[in-house]
Amino acid sequence: MRDNRLAFAEQEESEEFIRRHIGPGPDEQAQMLKALGYESLGALIDAAVPARIRVKEPLDLPPAQTESAVLQKLRQYANTNTVNRTLIGMGYYGTRVPAVIQRNILENPAWYTAYTPYQPEISQGRLEMLLNFQTMIGDLTGLDIANASLLDEGTAAAEAMAFCHKASKNKGSVFFVSKNCHPQTIDILQTRAAPAGLTVVVGDENDALPEDAFAILLQYPDTNGAVHDYAGIVEKAHAQGALAVVAADLLALTHLTPPGEFGADVAIGTSQRFGVPLGFGGPHAAYFATKDEYKRSIPGRIVGVSVDKNGDPAYRLALQTREQHIRREKATSNICTAQVLLAVMAAAYACYHGPDGLTKIGRRVHRRTAILAQGLRELGYTIAHDNFFDTIIVQTDDWTGSVTEAARIEGVNLRIFDNRVGISLDETCTRELVERLWAMMAFDSMKELTYEAVADRTPDAIPAKLERSSDFLTHPAFNSYHSETEMLRYLRRLADKDVALDRSMIPLGSCTMKLNATTEMIPVTWAAFSDIHPFAPRDQAEGYHLMIAELEHMLAEITGYAAVSLQPNAGSQGEYAGLLVISAYHASRGEGHRNICLIPSSAHGTNPASAAMAGMKVVVVKCDDDGNVDMADLKAKVEQHSANLAALMVTYPSTHGVFEETITEICDLIHKHGGQVYMDGANLNAMVGVCKPGQFGSDVSHLNLHKTFCIPHGGGGPGVGPIGVGAHLAPFLPGHRNMHAQETAIGPVSAAPYGSAGILPISWSYIELMGANGLKQATEVAILSANYLAHRLEEHFPVLYKGKNGLVAHECIIDLRPLKDETGVTVDDVAKRLMDYGFHAPTMSFPVPGTLMIEPTESEPLAELERFCAAMIAIRQEIRDIEDGKLSRDESPLAHAPHTAGDLMADDWDRKYSRAQGAFPVDSLRSNKYWPPVARIDQAYGDKHLICSCPPIEAYQDAAE
Amino acid sequence: MSERRYTEDHEWIDLDGEIGTVGITDFAQEQLGEVVFVEVPDVGKVVAQGDETAVVESVKAASELYAPVTGEVVEANTALADTPDLVNSDPEGDAWFYKIKLSDKDEFDALMDADAYKAHTEA
Repeated sequence: MRDNRLAFAEQEESEEFIRRHIGPGPDEQAQMLKALGYESLGALIDAAVPARIRVKEPLDLPPAQTESAVLQKLRQYANTNTVNRTLIGMGYYGTRVPAVIQRNILENPAWYTAYTPYQPEISQGRLEMLLNFQTMIGDLTGLDIANASLLDEGTAAAEAMAFCHKASKNKGSVFFVSKNCHPQTIDILQTRAAPAGLTVVVGDENDALPEDAFAILLQYPDTNGAVHDYAGIVEKAHAQGALAVVAADLLALTHLTPPGEFGADVAIGTSQRFGVPLGFGGPHAAYFATKDEYKRSIPGRIVGVSVDKNGDPAYRLALQTREQHIRREKATSNICTAQVLLAVMAAAYACYHGPDGLTKIGRRVHRRTAILAQGLRELGYTIAHDNFFDTIIVQTDDWTGSVTEAARIEGVNLRIFDNRVGISLDETCTRELVERLWAMMAFDSMKELTYEAVADRTPDAIPAKLERSSDFLTHPAFNSYHSETEMLRYLRRLADKDVALDRSMIPLGSCTMKLNATTEMIPVTWAAFSDIHPFAPRDQAEGYHLMIAELEHMLAEITGYAAVSLQPNAGSQGEYAGLLVISAYHASRGEGHRNICLIPSSAHGTNPASAAMAGMKVVVVKCDDDGNVDMADLKAKVEQHSANLAALMVTYPSTHGVFEETITEICDLIHKHGGQVYMDGANLNAMVGVCKPGQFGSDVSHLNLHKTFCIPHGGGGPGVGPIGVGAHLAPFLPGHRNMHAQETAIGPVSAAPYGSAGILPISWSYIELMGANGLKQATEVAILSANYLAHRLEEHFPVLYKGKNGLVAHECIIDLRPLKDETGVTVDDVAKRLMDYGFHAPTMSFPVPGTLMIEPTESEPLAELERFCAAMIAIRQEIRDIEDGKLSRDESPLAHAPHTAGDLMADDWDRKYSRAQGAFPVDSLRSNKYWPPVARIDQAYGDKHLICSCPPIEAYQDAAE
Repeated sequence: MSERRYTEDHEWIDLDGEIGTVGITDFAQEQLGEVVFVEVPDVGKVVAQGDETAVVESVKAASELYAPVTGEVVEANTALADTPDLVNSDPEGDAWFYKIKLSDKDEFDALMDADAYKAHTEA
């Protein structure tokens, strides 16, 4: 008896986190169920989810654990990692993350829990920092315009390849890549080129360029550290009508002539060494910069300056209609979520150090490298290149083995070749390290080297001709925040302008903005996770490998797949990888001709974009009036394309938020005709513990760990998009030169073997904290909350699309089109008015124009759901006032939303509603009010007058006048 | 006296002798909303029927114009680049995109006339 009681008490404690993660408590859940007319959660789920896809057994995962137990367990894993002094380079460098940035950005939910800045009025803080990022990249590369941002340097190079193929005058199909580019970049280019019908030719850039080369890629400094004058090569490429892409190191650009000044058309690279931890490969923000004439073809998101309705400057995403996924199957890129949080950190690093600080850091790194090289020469070694910035290749010949062993003993990681070693220094490398390296490599040399003495006889190793002469980062943003006090306040000021999950519910449909628990975030900044180089020897990353293997296993169990690859670092990247796996599978069976990809018309735009990039031909399948796949049309198209059918891409539950009853039938039909089913896992939050895509007929899915598994959205990235596959597809999962993979593996899709490994502890922790039971409850409450919201709002707005028993899945769509027809009030008006109530709008006009898609997730407590309903109902009343003829749409608070403090404090107030109605439409706002920093932004103005770098300070003065 | 025909992609083409003038229809500009950017083809560009020849971007969408007929671009309305709003205010007049010298008049004859286009937009 006594024992039983003890066991029960312990179980209760170990499940403590479940009720921290799930918003509505037991009483609230009961209340919500009662409103819906169900006796229990189980009964609701039985009614909502088709019986034939339900799992019979609970998830085979360990039970829930307490927060302290999970941290303790993960700490043990972390302790088996070894943080060595890593001098491998290859695009990944040690960096000092300024503590003020680590604590106030990376560890601050105001920054990391925000969504992509699609609602710009409530995202001005991070938009400003992203504009700083673009300005920094433009300045350092010497090019006109930059984006913010891409996934990693390797995929940025692949984006540049696709971009150049479209923009180049030379209509050939060869992308010429210097053999001195980073090897992982070359591997990704090979993966991406073949399905796009392009050929990567790797060679010596000094040789003649093939006539049918549409562009050339150069690394600057090259992967071996050598600094070359590329002006002549760029000129020759241009003479053949080819474009020149330069993968450039940002720190080196503080001292080297920028690519834009020697004629490059595109510069790409990573901003990792600007204060972003290594994290065993990511996440880091890559950049892409080009000339003004090509601005409309830039992949990824670009921040631009516009004005709000009062004429004040305001930031927002520019040229949004150019976002490639909107172009669907005509897209040349599928980039969507990028790396906002990391771009924000890199930009903040530049604000913190300023141009002089960065120049000093660059100078210090270069001098130490030059002194290291000089000392090694005096010890008798040959240094491969005379001109370098921070990386040298040392000819070690017969000594290579001894040097490798000495380095191992010293705890130093070098880049090891057959008879040479590479050494890359970074801002964390001290003079003591240089002396240690000499001692380590001196062996029987009798020479006594002292740092000062060697320094005295060391010339710089940058040729005068390539020394940078142009200014950079002259804008006040990079010259005003050099004391910690100023930096701290700048970051606070920006964060205060934004709405993130630390302020209020973000009910974005299909985005699953759930709790990102603090405990899950804590391990991310442990040095044992954050300071590991992606190409560190395997025995130094034991903890990582253990955690990764467990996470792969847990995700496979949850999805019902045989194997999981964590390499793709965004959902779109996962889609692309999954489709390549399908193609490889068909090819392995002698059916490489299968290239038709069926996609329902309601699919997210990245689906057709990914399919096009994977070399498939997209055939669109109709949807019926209820938003379900039109079975008759599907059958017709499957039969028509039977011989060439490669895959069907389908989202489940559907993009309309419904559990389609026909899903197993659909899967069977595709398989019968030799195709594979790709199930988009964006909506997995409605399935965990309840049904498994791998069991009810799907062959591949990507999972969005940044949705279902708690990685925060970071204001627009990082994301992680692993893929799960059936056993027959497992041999084809992505490989990488730095991991064990089967020979049949497709090439790498990310620069690092495990993609954004540094944030995987978040998802691992979430699953450990929740256990099988908690994960299932989370799904059930997510479905309960969505149905509760639909129920509460139904009498005010029509709810579109329901499944069996009148239930939705984990999100619901409310229809505003009838109100627009009657009153002129748009979805935009409602979204902007919600800001006055302190809310981020639900997803607008996807998948149906003129509607709002609401996903509450399991994490929002009932009180917050009610607060949101109260706002929506109050807005409905404001619309009714228009219907009743009390005022016109143009006179209503909806048309003027969002209201800034300035609007409301104006001396003249001649509106048809009161100031109080504008600011405090519901009473609770009087004690907790978010003030939108700008009024509604004029999108068209910004796209007509495109400015994508920090405007001069006078522009603000002009606008104010 | 010129003759006007329409495409399913909401372009119009006026034929005067062997030169066709191409633009987008009033219906198209209304669907697009406020136009913010226009790109017209280079003079001398040879295009086949259905090729992408020009770009129009609005606050809502980025779209291509497809050549309604095969031929060579002989003139482009470069002024549109500075005044994209003309596409909204005078889509079927001053906001023409380019002029094309037709290779095959049969292609033109096969396009929709005003009545057929009207029926197409109402379908």
